[in-house]
Amino acid sequence: MLRHLVLTKLVRAAITIWFVASFAFVILSLSGSPVDVLIGPNASAEVIRHYEQRFGLDRPLHERYVGYLVSVAQGDFGISLSDGAPALDIVLEAVPATIELGLTALAFSLILGLVFGFVAALNRNCWIDRVIMSFAVFGYAIPNFFFGIVLILVFAMMLRLLPSSGDGTIWHLVLPALTLGTHMAASVARFMRSSVLEVLNQPYIRAAKAKGVPVLPRLLGHVLPNAAIPVVTILGFRLGDLVAGSIVVETVFAWPGMGRLLIGSVTSRDLAVVQAILMLTAVTMVIANLLVDLLYGWLDPRVRALDVGGRGRR
Amino acid sequence: MARLDPMDTVGHADTGAGTASAHPALGRPPVLVLVAMTIVALLTLCAVFADLLAPYGYRDQDLLNRLAPPVFLGGSWDHPLGTDQLGRDLLSRLLYATQISLGVAFLGTVIGAVIGTVLGLVAAGRRGWIGEGIMMLVDIQASLPFMLIALAVLAFVGNDLTLFILVIGVHGWEVFARLSRGAALAAREQGYAGALYALGASGWRLYAHHILPNIAAVLIVQFTLGFPQTILLETSLSFLGLGIQPPLTSLGQLLGDGRDYLLTAWWIAVLPGVVTVLATLSVCLIGDWLRDRLDPALED
Repeated sequence: MLRHLVLTKLVRAAITIWFVASFAFVILSLSGSPVDVLIGPNASAEVIRHYEQRFGLDRPLHERYVGYLVSVAQGDFGISLSDGAPALDIVLEAVPATIELGLTALAFSLILGLVFGFVAALNRNCWIDRVIMSFAVFGYAIPNFFFGIVLILVFAMMLRLLPSSGDGTIWHLVLPALTLGTHMAASVARFMRSSVLEVLNQPYIRAAKAKGVPVLPRLLGHVLPNAAIPVVTILGFRLGDLVAGSIVVETVFAWPGMGRLLIGSVTSRDLAVVQAILMLTAVTMVIANLLVDLLYGWLDPRVRALDVGGRGRR
Repeated sequence: MARLDPMDTVGHADTGAGTASAHPALGRPPVLVLVAMTIVALLTLCAVFADLLAPYGYRDQDLLNRLAPPVFLGGSWDHPLGTDQLGRDLLSRLLYATQISLGVAFLGTVIGAVIGTVLGLVAAGRRGWIGEGIMMLVDIQASLPFMLIALAVLAFVGNDLTLFILVIGVHGWEVFARLSRGAALAAREQGYAGALYALGASGWRLYAHHILPNIAAVLIVQFTLGFPQTILLETSLSFLGLGIQPPLTSLGQLLGDGRDYLLTAWWIAVLPGVVTVLATLSVCLIGDWLRDRLDPALED
């Protein structure tokens, strides 16, 4: 049963990646020739032909599609139009910065979200709950580019405490990570709160209370882990938010990661780099979702018997 | 086409969503939600009547009056909220930007809701490979950050307003599809669906005229929850310079332009940000309240 489910997930993952690759191909084919962008409208036919041959743009569409799939599978996205290096290398160069920012933001949002969600649930309907949840709605509703700019305005320009952009020191990481993590922290807190409330109503918590487990061990040993499990899933599925958020946040703070590279490449219409980023993100997301599915089953033995995904599909 | 009109919900007690009047099943909204409703109403009025309210055209330049501060920072009443780097009146630009941003987000959410609901109902009605295929698409879209896809399309296919709205519209359809499919499957198990089927109602009639009105509450709640997300997507893309293109303007674009003047004229960036937050926050609050009232099981 479990093996069958894992197999289904794997097939779905493969199809997703194939789908994204084909999508990228269609979009990029529709976009017209990148050669025009590269060398401008006044180039001679001979020069255009030279570059079309060099980028393989002179072959028929289906041939290009098959060739494209083969080379993508090999990790070859072609060369960046802007600086001539292999696209994947350029992207991989930017990956560490994005991961650094992403992990910091993730840790920040996880700690903040779990703690505040837990506290809010335990003080349900009292002012503590209201204050925390108001902040959560606020964090959820504020656009991260605006939040980032407000932080820059206050902490970099008015108080002059932190650098407003760039990288290098740990202080450069603070504002972008705070900006990126806030949205996620808000949704983790909301989710954690309802999860804790649900767990508090479970018979096993009443049983623990009845058999005399003291409050603190009961909360930390029984409620917290059981409530945190579903939050793991939401985190996995919201990883996409983090990726999308980093596109904006990296641009706001001039953080030298993949997001800023993407915006730069999109603006200069650097096809190969955009493709590489699209595929790399798709593969990462698909693997992350797979891991979350498996992790969920591993964390919560009850799920193994049921649907491993549990994403509301019946 | 699929109707989402709450009035269409035949005699169902829990579906008067979307109006400020206290519906019996909704109860009296808390003060915060009332404030949120008022803000949404005001913003909607501003958006609809931007042409009448704006003191200047949003492209009128007044180069002798660049970067003028707003009234509350010692500016003059000629430009109540000041001017930008080209001397354009910020109040007027904000009004027009609100019109574009809310309009695009609203249209986008409607498109997503219609596509998603139709596909979700089809997936519920046809369980074979069509249904599987649709749910597969749902999974694919859910597993990717939509922003990335939107950027790829807008950057390489080109960007005009129609395409932009369509791209924004594709965002979020998968949530509607999943919800409507699940709700329709549940509704089908109820007696009335079986009765209609026995009476010989066609599949289309059963789904469009009977099941859809009965699951409308869920969809309306999702609409309210999805709308702020769409606003965020639109403003983010426009902020990055890849959404609404000049001469049109959007809240995100205003903010992006104002970013270069943070040191000298911070209000250019902050004012559109505040308007955006007011809009998203208010709709979020209303959506949360509706969800808690109408469908507690949906909570997060």
